[in-house]
Amino acid sequence: MSIDIQGLYKRFGHFVALDGINLTIPAGQLVALLGPSGCGKTTLLRIIAGLETADRGQILFNGEDASRRQVQDRQVGFVFQHYALFQHMSVFENVAFGLRVRPRACRPSDAQIRDKVQTLLELVQLSWVANRYPSQLSGGQRQRIALARALAVEPQVLLLDEPFGALDTKVRKELRRWLRRLHDDLHITSVFVTHDQEEALEVADQIVVMNRGCIEQMGSPQEVYDAPATPFVYQFLGNINLFHSRVHAGWAKVGGLRVQVPEHDDAEYAPAMAYVRPHDIDVLREPEDGDTTLPATISRVSLLGSLVRLELTQAPSGEIAEVEMTRERYLADPLQAGDLVFVKPRQLRVFLYDNSRAGSPVPMRWSGDGDGI
Amino acid sequence: MIFRFRQPSVLPGFGLTLGFTLGYLGLIVLIPLAMAFTQAFHLSWDQFWRTVTAPRVLASYRLTFGAAFLAATINTGFGFIVAWVLVRYPFPGKRLVDALVDLPFALPTAVAGITLAAIYSSNGWIGHALEPLGMKIAFTPLGVIVALVFISLPFVVRTVQPVLEDLEAEVEEAAASLGADRWQIFWRVLFPAIRPALLTGFTLAFARAIGEYGSVIFIAGNLPMVSEITPLLIVSKLEQYDYSGAAAVSVVMLVISFLLLLLINLLQRWSRIQRGWETVI
Repeated sequence: MSIDIQGLYKRFGHFVALDGINLTIPAGQLVALLGPSGCGKTTLLRIIAGLETADRGQILFNGEDASRRQVQDRQVGFVFQHYALFQHMSVFENVAFGLRVRPRACRPSDAQIRDKVQTLLELVQLSWVANRYPSQLSGGQRQRIALARALAVEPQVLLLDEPFGALDTKVRKELRRWLRRLHDDLHITSVFVTHDQEEALEVADQIVVMNRGCIEQMGSPQEVYDAPATPFVYQFLGNINLFHSRVHAGWAKVGGLRVQVPEHDDAEYAPAMAYVRPHDIDVLREPEDGDTTLPATISRVSLLGSLVRLELTQAPSGEIAEVEMTRERYLADPLQAGDLVFVKPRQLRVFLYDNSRAGSPVPMRWSGDGDGI
Repeated sequence: MIFRFRQPSVLPGFGLTLGFTLGYLGLIVLIPLAMAFTQAFHLSWDQFWRTVTAPRVLASYRLTFGAAFLAATINTGFGFIVAWVLVRYPFPGKRLVDALVDLPFALPTAVAGITLAAIYSSNGWIGHALEPLGMKIAFTPLGVIVALVFISLPFVVRTVQPVLEDLEAEVEEAAASLGADRWQIFWRVLFPAIRPALLTGFTLAFARAIGEYGSVIFIAGNLPMVSEITPLLIVSKLEQYDYSGAAAVSVVMLVISFLLLLLINLLQRWSRIQRGWETVI
């Protein structure tokens, strides 16, 4: 089932939780709502579920207006961060709940319920805990039971609110992969909320990055990571280095570095920020011809397993930059703290201060030799 | 199997604290109760049996335990509603209502008794209004129930309230998303969660009502065989210097109360084990 969200607006007191959300979630996809806490992602999910009502705007399920439908009639499965299992019921009864509360006319027989619950427990690989109570299960098991319970009513949409947020790192990683595989088997339209960018990048088909009640960008994990639409997306997904810059007539100047930025052709001496990811920087021993490198001093070298992180201080400005490279590459030419080097960003994005939201994702070109990305 | 009295534990002071606990309970609870038993067994078995099964005494047991049971039952229902309203809905004056609930705890029971007697007697406000309908409350067993309901109200409210407060809204939302309507959510999700607290509240209210004396004697009228409660019977025996008779009736009351409370506790524990909250030790 596809979900269309049109002009959704929601306020709690003076706090605007959602400010004009327009979003289409295609059928059968696994979509992540990603953003910092307080960005409105959980509110959006709850409004889709019908647990909250919007002040304005519409929710369409398969093109039909569902805004006025009660949560009971929306055919959504909802999974909560803290599981929300029924403590006084066995695992079996928890999963069977959605079937048992159906009106008599469409309630399955006891035998059918037993079969269905058994199938679902096998699906979540927990058929051996059917007679236990939620308090006797681990966090990861509880969340899988919560998922089985939500799937029992054969929902058209599966909504998960920070489903792995309360679990420890190792279990979280396992469950993440497991959810992905489950989704690949069931193909049920799913939306999950997370503030963990790694989780979103790993699991989702599409990522919706939210900030302050607005959608900053929607796209595949690769799109949002490689071509962030806004400075916020750049900062939120992965680490970045920030450089103060000035843009004039399609050229950005960062220290001694000159970069062509065709999207800012009409800017005149506009202050701007340049964004570079730590792994998009080359570190050279010698300067290159043309204004393509910046001098810097290495202030610290940290070996982090497969990666090596260098902390650099730029020569004139004193700004700090971080560079990440593979261990192999580092060992080919081990740099030491105190070495004078020249940094060359391979990919860099410039956002003007005044219209910092408008920058379009164009790969930058270099001034000197034009060797691109 | 080797029986080990002392379980190994990292917490120090087991011997000291257990000794203190037993000493304290002995001094405050067990020794006085034991005195009742020794006092009662000044009587021969025959005398004892005749004292505790006299028709007037039997009638008083029925009234005391019956009225206490009814009062606790009534309060379990209405106390639950009070707790529900206090937890679930915001309304002006909520704090005041919340404080009012505790009043029966604090009020001297004699004051409660006099007030209730005044208001329910045939020239009191309520008694006056009910009399044409053929209902008499003051000086009847009904009056006993009214007094017991009054003094045992806070127990159910105060035990259910925190449990209701702790219920996660998410559990109800989960039930709703699975298709349950309000009624099903209440009966299948909320009610089972607070049932143990209701039972505890009932037990406390029941225990309190069995022992109540002060408020009841004013409103009951204390007619032998009709509206005379066992504690009053004990007092009147004492006034006639029949210490052994008073002790004998006390002992019977003590044993019945203890057995009832034990039964309810076992019921409670059994239901917890059923839910896997506790393991059988």
